[in-house]
Amino acid sequence: MYKVKADKLKEVVTNVLNDVDLVIGYKQGFDAVHATPHFITSADQIDGLVWNPLCVHNLTTYLPALKMKKIGVIVKGCDSRTIVQFIQEGLVTRENLVIIGIPCTGVISVNKVLKETSRELLEEIVFDDSGNVTAVTGKGRKTLPLAELSPDKCRTCQYPTPLVYDHLVGDPVKSDKVPEGVYADIKEFEGKTLEERMKYWEQEFDRCIRCYACRNACPMCICQDNCIAESRDPHWMTQKMTLTEKFMFHMIHALHLAGRCVECGECERVCPMGIPVNKLKKKINQEMKELFDYEPGVSLDDKPPMFMFNVDELKIKEHKI
Amino acid sequence: MPEIATQELRVVGFLCNWCSYGGADTAGVSRFKQPTDLRIIRVPCSGRVDPLFVVKALLNGADGVLVSGCHPRDCHYSDGNFYARRRLEMLKRLLPFLGIDERRFYYTWVSASEGARWQQTVTEFTNRIHELGPLHIKKEATP
Repeated sequence: MYKVKADKLKEVVTNVLNDVDLVIGYKQGFDAVHATPHFITSADQIDGLVWNPLCVHNLTTYLPALKMKKIGVIVKGCDSRTIVQFIQEGLVTRENLVIIGIPCTGVISVNKVLKETSRELLEEIVFDDSGNVTAVTGKGRKTLPLAELSPDKCRTCQYPTPLVYDHLVGDPVKSDKVPEGVYADIKEFEGKTLEERMKYWEQEFDRCIRCYACRNACPMCICQDNCIAESRDPHWMTQKMTLTEKFMFHMIHALHLAGRCVECGECERVCPMGIPVNKLKKKINQEMKELFDYEPGVSLDDKPPMFMFNVDELKIKEHKI
Repeated sequence: MPEIATQELRVVGFLCNWCSYGGADTAGVSRFKQPTDLRIIRVPCSGRVDPLFVVKALLNGADGVLVSGCHPRDCHYSDGNFYARRRLEMLKRLLPFLGIDERRFYYTWVSASEGARWQQTVTEFTNRIHELGPLHIKKEATP
C-alpha cells in the first residue's frame, strides 16, 4: 500500500516539479527508523522520495520563510491544517503553493518504537498492509499494530485527509475517531486539584533544558529570529536555569499560540525530555472552541479569534470579585 | 474599610492611562481609604496588557494581579479594550489549568469618574487575595 502510494507520489512530484522552484517531501534518514525532509530541486532527486509511517515531520514549517518562492509541499491531513492557518494569517501566498496531499492512515512515534525494542539498534522496520509494524533488531523481531505505536495526536485525529490540496495521492480517508475524544486528556487532567496541577507542571518544566527545540520545530512560531525568549530588549527572560524561567518560556510559547495552534504535535515530538508541551496549547484551543466556536486551521474563511473582536461578546460575561 | 491582615501581600495592578488610572486618581483626590497592597503600573491602554505581563508577575512573586481599563465602547483608542477582553478572558480560563487559582487574577472596567467604584474594586480584590494567602510557586529547579 505504501509502495503504491510512493510510486504515485513520485509521478505527481515529477509533474509538479516543472512549475515550482522546490518540492519538499520525505526521504530515508540516517537509520532504518527515521525519515528526514527531502528538498527536491532537480528530477534526479525524485527517486529518493519515500512515503510510509515514518514520515512524521510537518513540512509546512518551512513555508513562511520561503513565501516569495513557488513551492510544492507534501502534506498529511494534520499538516494541511497548518497551511490553512498560514493562509488565514497571510503568512503564505496560496498561488505560490502546490499542495500535494496524502490521505494519512497514521504515522508512528519513533520514541514508542525504540521503547518497545528496548532501544536496541534497529536494522529494519517493515509496514505491512494489514496495519502491522515489524521492527527487526539484532536480537530478534517484534510485530505490533501501528495503532499502538502511533503518537497521541493520531489517536484522536479528526482530519486524516488534507483539508486543502491541489493533488491528492490516494483516496480520501474518513476519520473513525469520535470528536469528543480530542480533549479527553484535558478533561481528565482537570479532574485534579489546583495543587496537583501545579505540582505536575513544576515537575514537568523542571526537566526542561531550554533547548528551544519545541519552538524551533513549531510551524506557527514565525518570529523565531526575534523571539522574546532570547531578546535582551525587552528583557523578558534571563539565562538562569531556574524553574521560573523555564515556566515562563513555556508560557510564552503557549500564549503566543493562543487560537493559532493546529495541534500538529511537533513540539512534543521533538522534545528531548518528553515534556507534554502540547497540553497547554490544547487547553487554550478547547477554550477557543467554547468561547468563539473557533478551531484553528480548518476553514480558509475563518479569522483567528485573537486577531479580531465583537463589540458584544456573547460568551464573555463580566466577572464579579 | 474592613480590617485586613497586617502582613502585606503583593498585588500588581495594570491600569489604563485614560480611565482606570484617572479613576484611581479620583479615588485618591476624594480621600477614599484604600488598602496599600496594590502596586500600580500605568499602561497606555488595557490593550497594551499582554497576558504574559500577568503571568510574569505571578511567576515572579505577585500574589494577585488586577487589570483595569475603560468600559467597553469607551476606549480612548476606540478598540483596545475589546482586544484586551478576549485575551484576558482566555488567560483567566488558562490559569486554573496551570494550578493557579483564577481568583488571583481579575480584570474589570473603571472609568475616570468612578472613584468610589475604584475604591470598592481595590478593597474587595485585596481582601480576596488576603483570603487566598500568598501564592507559592516553586522558583528553583532541581540541580
